[in-house]
This record gives sequence, C-alpha cells and structure tokens, in this order.
Amino acid sequence: MSIPTDLKYTKSHEWVKTEADGTVTVGITDHAQELLGDMVFVELPQVGDTFTQKQECAVAESVKAAADVYCPISGEVVEVNTPLVDSPENINQDAFNSWLFKLKPSNSDELGGLLDAEGYQTLLDSEEH
Amino acid sequence: MLIFEHARPGRRNYSQAPENAADTSGIPEQYLRKKQPLLPEVSEMDTVRHYTRLSQKNFSIDTEFYPLGSCTMKYNPRACNALAMLPQYIGRHPLAPEDTGQGFMACLHDLQEILKDVTGMAGISLAPMAGAQGELIGVMMIRAYHESRGDFERTEIIVPDAAHGTNPATAVMCGFKVVEIATDKKGNVDIDALKAAVGPQTAGLMLTNPSTLGVFEENVTEMSRIVHEAGGLLYYDGANLNAVLGKVKPGDMGFDVIHINLHKTFSTPHGGGGPGSAPVGVSKRLLPFIPIPFVKFENGQYDWVTEKEVPQTIGRLSAHMGNAGVLLRAYVYVRLLGRDGMHRIAEFATLNANYLMAELKKAGFEIAYPTRRASHEFIVTLKNVKEKTGITAMNLAKRLLDKGFHAPTTYFPILVPECLLIEPAETESKQTLDAFVTAMKEILAEIQEQPDLVKNAPHTMPLRKLDDVKAARELDLCWKPED
Repeated sequence: MSIPTDLKYTKSHEWVKTEADGTVTVGITDHAQELLGDMVFVELPQVGDTFTQKQECAVAESVKAAADVYCPISGEVVEVNTPLVDSPENINQDAFNSWLFKLKPSNSDELGGLLDAEGYQTLLDSEEH
Repeated sequence: MLIFEHARPGRRNYSQAPENAADTSGIPEQYLRKKQPLLPEVSEMDTVRHYTRLSQKNFSIDTEFYPLGSCTMKYNPRACNALAMLPQYIGRHPLAPEDTGQGFMACLHDLQEILKDVTGMAGISLAPMAGAQGELIGVMMIRAYHESRGDFERTEIIVPDAAHGTNPATAVMCGFKVVEIATDKKGNVDIDALKAAVGPQTAGLMLTNPSTLGVFEENVTEMSRIVHEAGGLLYYDGANLNAVLGKVKPGDMGFDVIHINLHKTFSTPHGGGGPGSAPVGVSKRLLPFIPIPFVKFENGQYDWVTEKEVPQTIGRLSAHMGNAGVLLRAYVYVRLLGRDGMHRIAEFATLNANYLMAELKKAGFEIAYPTRRASHEFIVTLKNVKEKTGITAMNLAKRLLDKGFHAPTTYFPILVPECLLIEPAETESKQTLDAFVTAMKEILAEIQEQPDLVKNAPHTMPLRKLDDVKAARELDLCWKPED
C-alpha cells in the first residue's frame, strides 16, 4: 500500500494528520496493522487526557499481540473514535482512515520532528534489512 | 461437549462418592450450604468416556513430537511419576511432625544440594510454585538487597529485547522501571547499549541465557562485570537451562539469582496449567533474603528453616512446601540421570537442535541467525515465503498438525518476522527428527504446488481452522444450566 503524502509519521508506526482547525488526528499505519494481524480490540484514551510525546496513550490488540500506541506529539485529547471500539477490523481494512483520537497539540514544534512519507518509507525499508 | 451437558438428574458416580455423609454438627448454621453445589450429575462410565475422549483429541507429549520452542516439552519419565506417587508421599500431611517425614525432607534437601551444585549458587529455595513466581521472588530479593543497604535510588531493571515477556512484567510488578536494550545482528545483547544504560539507578539486569533467539550470550561475563560495577545485580531466567545444564554454571557467569523451571529442564509434567515449580538459587549476598521454608540437615536430623534463622527473608510463598509432588518428581529425575546423565541433557538438547536446524536449512528453509550455532532451539523465518506466496508461519504451523506434529512456537520472539521457534528437546530420537524434517519438506513443496491446502489447514483435526478474532472478542468460558 502506498504511504499517503499528506500525513506525518512516527518511528513507532503512528500516523498524524494536521486538521484545518489546528488539531491533529492520530492512527496507526498500514504497516503496523500488517505486522499485528487481525485486530481484536482497541483501547482508546479519554477526552481530556493529556499526554506527552512518546507516552503510551492507547492499545491496539490483535490475535497475535497487544501493542501500545505512543502519542506522536504532546497534547490534550479532544475527540476519540468511539465506533472503532466495536469494529477494530476497520484498522485492518483501511488503517489510514481508521483514526483513533484527535489531539490539541501543546507544542506544535514537535510536529516538525515527525517523519514525512518519504522518511517513513526509508524507515520501513531499513527495517526490512 | 461439556461434562455438564452429559448430566441427568440423579445419576451418580459411585467410585467418587463419600462413604459416609459428612458430619456438619460443629459448623454454625449460617455457614452451611442451603443448596447443593452445582456439580455435573453423571455416571462413572459417562465420566470415563468423556475424559478419555478429550484426552484423545489432545496433542500431547505422550502422543506426538512437540517442538514448542522456549517451552521444553520433553518426555516425562514414568518412573518419576511412579515413585513420587508412593502412598507414603501422597498420604503425608504437610503439617505432620518432622520426625515422621524424614524421608520426604531428605529428598528435598538432596534436591536443594543438587540444584546448588548444578547452578553454582550459594543457596536454593524450592518454594516458588511457577516460573512467574520464581521470577517475582528473584526480583523481590534484588529489591530487598538494595533496600537493606539503604539504597533506594535503584529504580530501574534492564531487560534485553530478546528476553521472555515475563521478565519486564516481573520488573514492573516489583515497582521497577524497565529499561529495554537492543540485540545486535548476531543475536547478542548490544554491549554499548548496556554500558549506556547502567548507572546508580540500576537495580539489576534480567537475562535469559541462552536467549529466546536460541543463541548463547557470547559476552555474558563482560555483561556481568558492567552491571556489577554499576552496583546492580544479575538475574538469570533459567527457562532455557537445559541447553547448558551440567556444562556451564550460572553462578560462574556471575549471576546473583536464578530461577529454574523444574517443569521444563527437570522434566516434570508441563502444560495445561502446570502445576509448575521454579526453585530459586541465590548468590552469597542474597542468602539473607531467600524465601522460606527450606530444609536443613543438622545433627543427623532434617528440619525446616524458617524466619527464625532467616529474619530478613522475603517470606513464604505458600502455606507449605511449594509444589511438593513436583519437587519429588524432579528429584527422582535427577537421581535417575546422575551426574553423567546431567551432562548428556545439554549435549543432546543442543545436538538435536543443531541437527534439525542443519537439515531444515538443507531442505530450503531460511534460518534467522544462520551464522550462529543453535543452543537448544533455533528460529526459522518464513518472511520471504510470505512475500512470494502469501503463506504465513501460522499456515505452516497448522499444516504440521495434519502431519501429526505439534506446531513449533509461532510469532515469538517478536524480533523475527513470520518466525517458528523450534525446540526438539533432548528426549527425541533421530528417527523422530527425520520424520519432522520430511513433513516440513512436504509442506514446502505443497506451498509451491497446492498453496490452498496449506492456507486452509488443518484438515484432519477435530476442529478446522478457528476464527481467532471471534474467539478473542466473544469469550465463552462459563457454563450455566438452562433454567
């Protein structure tokens, strides 16, 4: 699957989309769902929770493993994708459109430190050896 | 079908029924049951048939080769069972006076001494009743040691990423922060990463050696020096001890505490939930914290050592002497082997693994760490097979069931994609290993010629391919009677 160029990425396989209102939407990448396999549960943060960058903020559990999702940038959770809890398989079908939560960034500078699509592709290639 | 579903009102199983009605005269009224407990009312014959049928559906070490990596599913000799089940052992009450249990206590004392010798540790406690409990106790002792010295700054435990998943879990349960360090391309712990990770905050390092990658840690003494110089202690996860038993002593590698899985290395029954047993061995500096009770021999008499003699002990782990029946089986096992036999465990565990690895490599399978000699287990990766054909490690594992072999461990360690962790164990013959290689070769050919056959396996099992997702999401674990 091609990596959308309008998103930013983390080394821990989260994607980040900057919205027009300044919030960011967070999900896990297609590569992450492929590694994890069939999704069984997702555990989302609560609206109002605040996280610092790289802090564990959600859990994605598949038939193979439970993986922590790390907060790509610091901020406060303003919305969570509640319907995803009942249909986590959406992540397998379309990871880049199955968002987990939206965040109001507390330090927008951190966005600059994330990978772009090309950088993320390079990361994936290096992980393949 | 559940045993409850065989039940019909009024059916009785007379061989299990009590001879007399219980005397409840001494029990206050409010504690007496008002209703009968919900037990299945089944006949003796139905019960026998039900459980026999279940056992026939089961893959077990008594019926099939079981190369489940990291689990050491080796044969449990019948002699160990027979001797540990002598009526004098089975009938012994745990609170019986010591002078009527000298034989039992002598066995435990002997086992302590033998484990001390084979691990090179200063003391052994047989009390922990599972691998996870042994681990917990080990790290609790590390914490107790630092605290007894007034050193409360040591808040971190270092765990390599090739460790057993229980290691970081144990550290967290004991209140420590886990610091993960990486593995290099050869499968060893990255020494520079270790050097960077240690400091005055380091309580200890937990190491599984040989690691879950199936290789012996080549720099173990260097690692032990680095951690000790930083003031930390070293924990040895003995899960893979059968690879080095009688050849290398963890005590000589510099470890301060070790747990030994009797249900793996010492061939006591394993799987289906145990019961496990995980004696802990400690170095001299951890002796004051060792869990009680254990057995001492003084003035011709075996006695329990309790908190009176070990006032700083971290305490008891159960009401009595751990899983005594399992300890007895392990004791018989080591006595049957003797000192020479103990050496042969490591020799055959590694020989079998390396033979199997070489044969599978010849057959065209990709080995994850091809430059390394296997310890007692090794990893095959189907990463390239999956890319070319879409067949996964799980597909191959299921197909092996059709061929009469238990599947190896799949998708662990998570460092290696599409992996099978294969541990033949030392009890298997060359003929069995060859038959396994033949089955693996057949599957490799099937992947090319009839991929759907592999993808939809198993075909011959009582149940076909399971819906893992449904099983995980819609747990159905409790039976309730229809009203």
